Amino acid sequence: MKNILSSKYLSVIITVLLFIIAFAIPSIIYPGFFSMQVFFNLFIDNAFLIVTAIGVTFVIITGGIDLSVGAMIAFTSMVIASLLEKGISPVIVIPFALLLGTLAGLMMGFLIEHFKIQPFIATLAGMFFLRGSCFLISIQSIPINDPFFKTLSHTRISFPGGAYISISVVISLIILGVAIYLAHYTRYGRVLYAIGGNEESAKLMGLPVGRAKIMVYGFSGFCSSLGGVLFTIYMLSGYGLHTSGLELDAIASAVIGGTLLSGGTGYVFGTLFGVLIQGLIQVIIMFQGTLSSWWTKIFVGILLFVFIVLQRLITAHREEQKASSKRLETSKQTAAV
Amino acid sequence: MFELLKKFKESQIFSPLLALLILLLFDFIFIDGFLSIEIRDGRLFGTLIDILNRAAPLALLAIGMTLVIATGGIDLSVGAVIAISGAIAAKLIGGQLVIENGTIQYVTQVSLPIALFASMGMAAICGMWNGFLVGKIKVQPIVATLILMVAGRGIAQLITKAQIITIYYKPFHYIGTGYLLGLPFTIFIVVLAFLLVSLFVRKTAVGLYIESIGINDIASKYVGIKPSRIKFIVYTICGLMAGIAGLIVTSNVKAADANNAGLWKELDAILSVVIGGNSLSGGKFTIAGSIIGALVVQTLTTTVYAAGIAPEVTLVVKAVVVVIITIIQSQVFRDGISKLIVKRRDLT
Repeated sequence: MKNILSSKYLSVIITVLLFIIAFAIPSIIYPGFFSMQVFFNLFIDNAFLIVTAIGVTFVIITGGIDLSVGAMIAFTSMVIASLLEKGISPVIVIPFALLLGTLAGLMMGFLIEHFKIQPFIATLAGMFFLRGSCFLISIQSIPINDPFFKTLSHTRISFPGGAYISISVVISLIILGVAIYLAHYTRYGRVLYAIGGNEESAKLMGLPVGRAKIMVYGFSGFCSSLGGVLFTIYMLSGYGLHTSGLELDAIASAVIGGTLLSGGTGYVFGTLFGVLIQGLIQVIIMFQGTLSSWWTKIFVGILLFVFIVLQRLITAHREEQKASSKRLETSKQTAAV
Repeated sequence: MFELLKKFKESQIFSPLLALLILLLFDFIFIDGFLSIEIRDGRLFGTLIDILNRAAPLALLAIGMTLVIATGGIDLSVGAVIAISGAIAAKLIGGQLVIENGTIQYVTQVSLPIALFASMGMAAICGMWNGFLVGKIKVQPIVATLILMVAGRGIAQLITKAQIITIYYKPFHYIGTGYLLGLPFTIFIVVLAFLLVSLFVRKTAVGLYIESIGINDIASKYVGIKPSRIKFIVYTICGLMAGIAGLIVTSNVKAADANNAGLWKELDAILSVVIGGNSLSGGKFTIAGSIIGALVVQTLTTTVYAAGIAPEVTLVVKAVVVVIITIIQSQVFRDGISKLIVKRRDLT
């Protein structure tokens, strides 16, 4: 028990367990709930959020925050829809949109790193800018009739037993794999964790803090614009009011997944389950039938509360352990003297 | 005189005031009749008065947010608290339109003061909840208030059953649209709130405690200040201010809309505080600066409307101005400028 409590994966384990419980209970209560397709639908409906939340998790690990992701998705959907409307091939449009997103992210990173503007304010300005730019393109919703996008949207990858997933799901899982590799198996990942742990120390160690910080916002920009591409495929339209407030869902996913907003601790894998749990709450409320949509928000709020208090308890427990082990050491030393 | 000017130049409210003046100058040059104020039926009308009136809810939020930010915290839930406060007022007053003998009767389910106090009380409780989480449980402010930001709008929708409740009760309209001594009533609310809060923090030691906590939480604790108690008070004030702002917003549109009331207002409030020359990392604060910041944000919005630019573009303009202002306020930029000046002096 003590082993599990002090394990650094504790919050991720709890998140996964909670997801399993949250899936099991309605499976018993509602007939037809327990199926592979219900599970897969969580991925299909939230593929864009998974990709976006991964980028946000990286930023949060460095101790920053990115409020621009919701606006970035809307902006990407708008850019894609308007360019496709002009008859430009999707082969050019999609890389162009991703490039724009990455550049916007790098720009925010530059403001944060070079001018020492608080991430909160810089990405808030980014959010205003991107949302506003959507309406500069058009204030109306632009439908997408491009055959390539339609095929992407309607293609189903079937599994034995009749269940299926979409192409977006595959892309989001690839990004997840890449992100896990980046975070835990590369030098860049370790630099990110070091910055979140203590930026000053990281600098004194000679780590490329400035570059890594600019790049992490660029990465988040890339992820959210890729999320935007997936969302556009899902909705088949571009609109400036799309995904309003999604940055909160992304941040909440990271928190529920065990990422500490103070930086230094967090797992992309946990974020995946943070997204899935939020999606699951929506599905359960839909299945239940009599609960109104606003209960989703209240439940997510309660869940956030539970996780935050839990994390608080874990860190307090760890600090206590550290303190007691230190005390033990000093008493040993004094004994030796 | 020169000394005084120099002192003023170094004070915290200098740069926000400068930003406001530049904006107003721009408006004066490019927009016809921007500064004109006329008297109609003993009331003042004009764009400037309109800015003051419309900035009122934001200014109230900025007052509370300044204190919170000074302790090194942040309150993301004020927008949701606006929605809750409005929803409660609307629910208590009731949304029915009663017509007797062809004239509209102004009816309310409970007396107006009770409705107002219930709204403000609930808003204060929301603030206490945040203060409890941040102060006692020691949750990071941004996360602690995120809970209410997400759940709060749901709670507001729960109260109104996701309907827009229209308020026909006339006395309630006075809060947001009434006039006193020729000026909009909202201005008096802001001035009163500003005076009370300023007295509370500057005439007692509370302001000093707040700054001390913002600069170093742990050191303050060792000195004997109770950070948890001060934080509790500060978040409660912030919640209360959001509640009053909620009443103004609701009264202004004569309806409680749980979905849209106060949407993204927390971001505007934080922006006002930052433009007002306060550091997001806490410490020294100026409430007057934040109110000027709120006026800057509102002037910006009004300018865009008055200049005939599409309202949707407001956001882009806002973003550009925010970036420019924060860059000007940043240390790197100031150091660069002073280096430039020194170089020039050396050359001559």
